Amino acid sequence: MKNTTKIHAYKARKHAITGIFNAASGHPGGSLSIADILAVLYFEKMNIDPKNPKMADRDRFVLSKGHCAPALYGILAERGFFPTEQCETLRKIDSIMQGHPDMKNIPGIDMSTGSLGQGISAACGMALSAKLDKKDFKVYTILGDGEIEEGQVWEAAMFAAHYKLDNLIAFVDNNGLQIDGDIAEVMSSYPIDKKFEAFNWNVITIDAHDYDQIRAAIDKALVPNGKPTMIIAKSIKGKGVSYMENQASWHGNAPKAEQYEQAIKELDAKIAELTQE
Amino acid sequence: MAIGEKIATRESYGMALSELGEKYDIVVMDADLSKSTKTDTFKKKFPERFINTGIAEGNMINVAAGLASTGKIVFASSFAMFAAGRAFEQIRNGVAYPHLNVKIGATHAGISVGEDGATHQCLEDIGIMRTIPGMVIINPADHYEAMAAVEAAVKYDGPVYLRFGRLAVPQIFDETNYKFELGKGVVLEEGKDATIIATGLMVPYALEARELLKKDGIDAEVINIHTIKPIDSELIEKTARKTGAIVTAEEHNVNGGLGSAVAEVLCETYPVPMMRVGTQDVFGKSGKPADLFKEYGLTAENIAENVKKAISLKK
Repeated sequence: MKNTTKIHAYKARKHAITGIFNAASGHPGGSLSIADILAVLYFEKMNIDPKNPKMADRDRFVLSKGHCAPALYGILAERGFFPTEQCETLRKIDSIMQGHPDMKNIPGIDMSTGSLGQGISAACGMALSAKLDKKDFKVYTILGDGEIEEGQVWEAAMFAAHYKLDNLIAFVDNNGLQIDGDIAEVMSSYPIDKKFEAFNWNVITIDAHDYDQIRAAIDKALVPNGKPTMIIAKSIKGKGVSYMENQASWHGNAPKAEQYEQAIKELDAKIAELTQE
Repeated sequence: MAIGEKIATRESYGMALSELGEKYDIVVMDADLSKSTKTDTFKKKFPERFINTGIAEGNMINVAAGLASTGKIVFASSFAMFAAGRAFEQIRNGVAYPHLNVKIGATHAGISVGEDGATHQCLEDIGIMRTIPGMVIINPADHYEAMAAVEAAVKYDGPVYLRFGRLAVPQIFDETNYKFELGKGVVLEEGKDATIIATGLMVPYALEARELLKKDGIDAEVINIHTIKPIDSELIEKTARKTGAIVTAEEHNVNGGLGSAVAEVLCETYPVPMMRVGTQDVFGKSGKPADLFKEYGLTAENIAENVKKAISLKK
């Protein structure tokens, strides 16, 4: 089927929204904006085995913007790391599905994250390990465009370029919004491309919801040239749920029952449409 | 090394790393202080396994976590102030929460840093690290103990905070019969009237205090606590029951360090009068280490005075 990966992304969006609704807390906006990139990574690009999540030379993924765990859990479930029903227990006291990624207990999570700015450093460590041992696994990470306001991101950016970590492929989920509002108003991280270029990274800018652009950018980044790659993914916060789109207020709020019904209706309609195509 | 011969435990750290590098797949990291932390000893021998992050301690800790997640044993080194202080949250969330195999080699701990002054004299690190679940904390007293501590850290699977000093300190343990056991305190001298529980470079002062007290007819027991977490609560309770008075001695703020750890054990097991020798909730300042020790009460005389106070509080 032509849209298989995209259908998984929309199903993951449903798992994410359902988990957040059940928990009455969580971060829907950013979860929805990264779902398509995650789907391409986990269904088309990464060398992983859901039956052997700790496989030695697997590709790694670090969700540096750890608060978007619901989308990652949704994709991991779709990919078969654990049953999709597990996503419904997000943030519940007797569930392993922590509010932020927990590598100790959740299959498929390569690094515990949640404190912004730290994930990209950990991803650098993994990429460096591959270099030290002359292994060819790749390391992927997704940062938020608000997250890159953290100083540590730039320590890591310097480090990755200095150690020529061309096996590190990072994304900035550039949805333009952070908790307190528009990033351009709260604390502008723009121009993002010029900053990473100045730090000696390859920089590619794409539409975060255009599958061909996501695939092409990753393929380009996979060609080693001695530099890490930053893919600036222009995204829509809340993508796929009409009333959440481009609204900073949906950064960290759970939908009410009626809103949840509408979200699921919209996502189901999209899945049906994609299945028809 | 002969008893009494002086060497800084940071030197021992560098020596231990370069010895252990032969046997174990360890990676050593530093944040532009390798000449001071002595990790340059390892760097010279294993340049391919030495990673400098530049002056970026937060990044260093999470890079170490990433390396450890792939199976490496990683030593991340800096001054105690910038490891436990600046990178606390990276250690807490990036290393300890996922229980990764990262060892923090923190040198230049305490007031013995001397002339650099308060900004570089970390007197809070034990307290900070002690609040983190699952963190092991080792504060060695001399060269052999420091060497043994590094090896114990390599063999232990999980995060360890190792505390080393800048100042050359006397060798107090005999290599031929010294045995390091993680989490176990060591009775150095038996006594019956009171117990001095010391850690790190305060251990020789504790032994000296025992000699001073002898002149006043006081027989003090001396215990060395190299592992501050997990602390040897069994030994602490046992000595409290035996002598009935305790004095702790540490080159650290009395709040949060060894004194606090021992008080916590005693409160919950066998409360006895207790005094804490250490810096008294103040910052340090520039000066020669020996002068600073006098000014802040880190002396054998002050330990002895406190032993007398603790004994006078016995019921």
